[in-house]
Amino acid sequence: MHYTEIMVRYGELSTKGKNRKDFIKQLGRNVRAVLHQFPTVEVKPQRDRLHVTLNNEDDKQVITALQGVFGIENFYPSIQIDKDMATIKKVVLQMAREQYTSGATFKINTRRQDKNFEYDTNQINNILGDYVLSNVAGISVDVKHPDIAIRVEIRMNGAFISSEIIHGAGGLPVGTGGRATMMLSGGIDSPVATYLAMKRGVKIDMIHFYSPPYTGEQALNKAKQLTSVLAKYSGNIQFIQVPFTEVQETIKEKVPEGYLMTIQRRMMLRIAAQITQDRHCSGVFTGEALGQVASQTLESMLAINDVTTMPVLRPLVSMDKEDIIKISKDIKTFDLSILPFEDCCTIFTPPAPKTRPNLEKSRKFEAYIDVDGLMKRAIDNIKITDIKAGEEFLNQDQDVFAELL
Amino acid sequence: MIYFDNSATTKVLPEVLDTYNKVSERVWGNPSSLHNFGEQAFNLLEQSRKQIANLLHVHSDEIYFTSGGTEGDNWVIKGTAITKREFGKHIITTSVEHAAVHNSMEQLKQLGYEITYLPVDDEGRISVADLKQAIRPDTILVSIMAINNEIGTIEPIQEAGELLKNYPKIHFHIDAVQGLAKGIQEMIFNDRVDFVAFSGHKFHAPRGTGFIYGRRGRRIAPLMNGGGQEKNQRSGTENLPGIAAMAKAIRLVLEKEPAAIKREREIKQLISDHISKFEKVVIFSKNDDRFAPHILCFAIKGVRGETIVHAFEKYHIYISTTSACSSKSHAESGTLNAMKVPENIATSAVRISLGDQNTLDEAKQFVDVFDQLYEEFDKLS
Repeated sequence: MHYTEIMVRYGELSTKGKNRKDFIKQLGRNVRAVLHQFPTVEVKPQRDRLHVTLNNEDDKQVITALQGVFGIENFYPSIQIDKDMATIKKVVLQMAREQYTSGATFKINTRRQDKNFEYDTNQINNILGDYVLSNVAGISVDVKHPDIAIRVEIRMNGAFISSEIIHGAGGLPVGTGGRATMMLSGGIDSPVATYLAMKRGVKIDMIHFYSPPYTGEQALNKAKQLTSVLAKYSGNIQFIQVPFTEVQETIKEKVPEGYLMTIQRRMMLRIAAQITQDRHCSGVFTGEALGQVASQTLESMLAINDVTTMPVLRPLVSMDKEDIIKISKDIKTFDLSILPFEDCCTIFTPPAPKTRPNLEKSRKFEAYIDVDGLMKRAIDNIKITDIKAGEEFLNQDQDVFAELL
Repeated sequence: MIYFDNSATTKVLPEVLDTYNKVSERVWGNPSSLHNFGEQAFNLLEQSRKQIANLLHVHSDEIYFTSGGTEGDNWVIKGTAITKREFGKHIITTSVEHAAVHNSMEQLKQLGYEITYLPVDDEGRISVADLKQAIRPDTILVSIMAINNEIGTIEPIQEAGELLKNYPKIHFHIDAVQGLAKGIQEMIFNDRVDFVAFSGHKFHAPRGTGFIYGRRGRRIAPLMNGGGQEKNQRSGTENLPGIAAMAKAIRLVLEKEPAAIKREREIKQLISDHISKFEKVVIFSKNDDRFAPHILCFAIKGVRGETIVHAFEKYHIYISTTSACSSKSHAESGTLNAMKVPENIATSAVRISLGDQNTLDEAKQFVDVFDQLYEEFDKLS
């Protein structure tokens, strides 16, 4: 059966009072952005729900695309037909047959907007229920917990039949929660943290530190590729790459080994906070989770967080690694994250980093280096790329190869 | 020249050879090298894998490259035997398998495994009832060919898959060396199959290429141990020019598949209609949907298979005795034998195997030559 329309129900935004209009507008924009590859699809955001008219575009692909959009609670694909009881009966029966498995129960759920329609809601329920009951052998009625719930809406412009409810991504539309930066390393955690930040409506700019020649071009491309996967959930993402070689080399030379990592992290956060401020963003997200590695103990966080008053937000802070991995598989970043390229966090790691760095000592050791100069040179040399959903970075010869293949 | 021996091997397509050459010239890095020249090779390798997976509607991590069909069959059979030896040592296969399967089984037999060879009917087909009866608690593998290489029978792999759903622990392997682009992909990739072996040179890719499909979550021991290529399942530096060329060949043959099958059926029909009129001709391959479109096996009573092959060869028409792989050993056909065809007829059998490059014109030339030769044979006997 080919669906003609998708009705989208809003998630939490129905509770958001005065901001409601802005939320709906933003969601409409985001849905349009996600569906831009289907030129004839029409998106109409309304007060209580959003209508997507398919105009013969591929329903399966549109459904897949909608499943990634935050701010959607659920949606149900439906078929628009003539307001004529014979046609309605035929389509409802077909739908029931398609979904019927041995012993299944069903229910007809009618909404009648057009009060001039020849039957009222109860009559429609009865007529259609009887029809299905007598034409599908073995089916029975259960109005409380049906296996198959067929929804019939009699609207002014036609009858709409649907039976499948598809869960949306939930959350809030990206862009309604302000703008923040994300420190993206390329591991498993930071893409998941990005996803969770986006889910709460935050528009994210990526900050990625790279240290050539200690890290290869591949590590940078991997971070960009991860960004392109995450862009599917939010639309284009600004990718800011920060050269970090000089900072790391200086720290390695001047700072005692036990504090290498702490001072590196302090410098990263300093730079990230400065970029965040320059771009009028209001926070820095990180993928840190308590206790995972030396830099992610409470003491370490205290010693690192010391460098800024900018909110540092850690969506994963109390999550278990297994749960993080599960999300990363669901959002399709896991396979990329585990590609074995060195990133700037894994080089220059001392054999025994301090898990409980001392704040005073951190400040003291940091004074050995020219903080302002290093920061300025790093920030002056940042490079910003606008990354679109699905863009390819890891295999840039893809098109050349496609001709060979 | 009329080449009617496409089940033995096929001609490498010019565009496929072009890919082979270009990759050899330009992308000759080792996919395992760290530098970006190696990375480029790695990317091409993975893109080839992805293309093949997409064309066959499977996941790319389910494709493992091999050196050909023989390796694929050996790997799945022995790899299963090694991995599952603690669960049982009983294997079921058919009595009409290619030597790559049959001889692997025979080797396992010497190592203490028990092999059940399923009998076939007079069309060379096993019955699922026999398969069901043969299954035991210690059965670890069922290996069935998709299309018989000698007479073209399509084996009931889909029905076997249905049956094996009740035995989820058994590995189900399909030897599909003859089966690509013959209109049975859906049957091969049924929802129960665990492993499938393919060979590149049967579909216009270069020799020494092939791959197996291995369902996610199903494990077999590697036979090639070494540098850890193919996720440590099949070591050895990847034959990248061959792999890229094979990915292209699959795309090309699948594009041409519907038209090619239709024409092969027409050619096969024309030839069988013609030769069936002759008294001494026995045809083993039907032309319905239970037989592959491209294989026609027949015998001329009283004339040895080799004699027929050499007679046609004088007219530059190339056909074969039943299986090229065993035809030099003068053994009569294993499949016909299993079908209980009398020995004097089996030794007279020859095989025509068509490809997407054959034409109806060639079929007409073939039957003209056939008439002449038949007359000569008739006089001699």
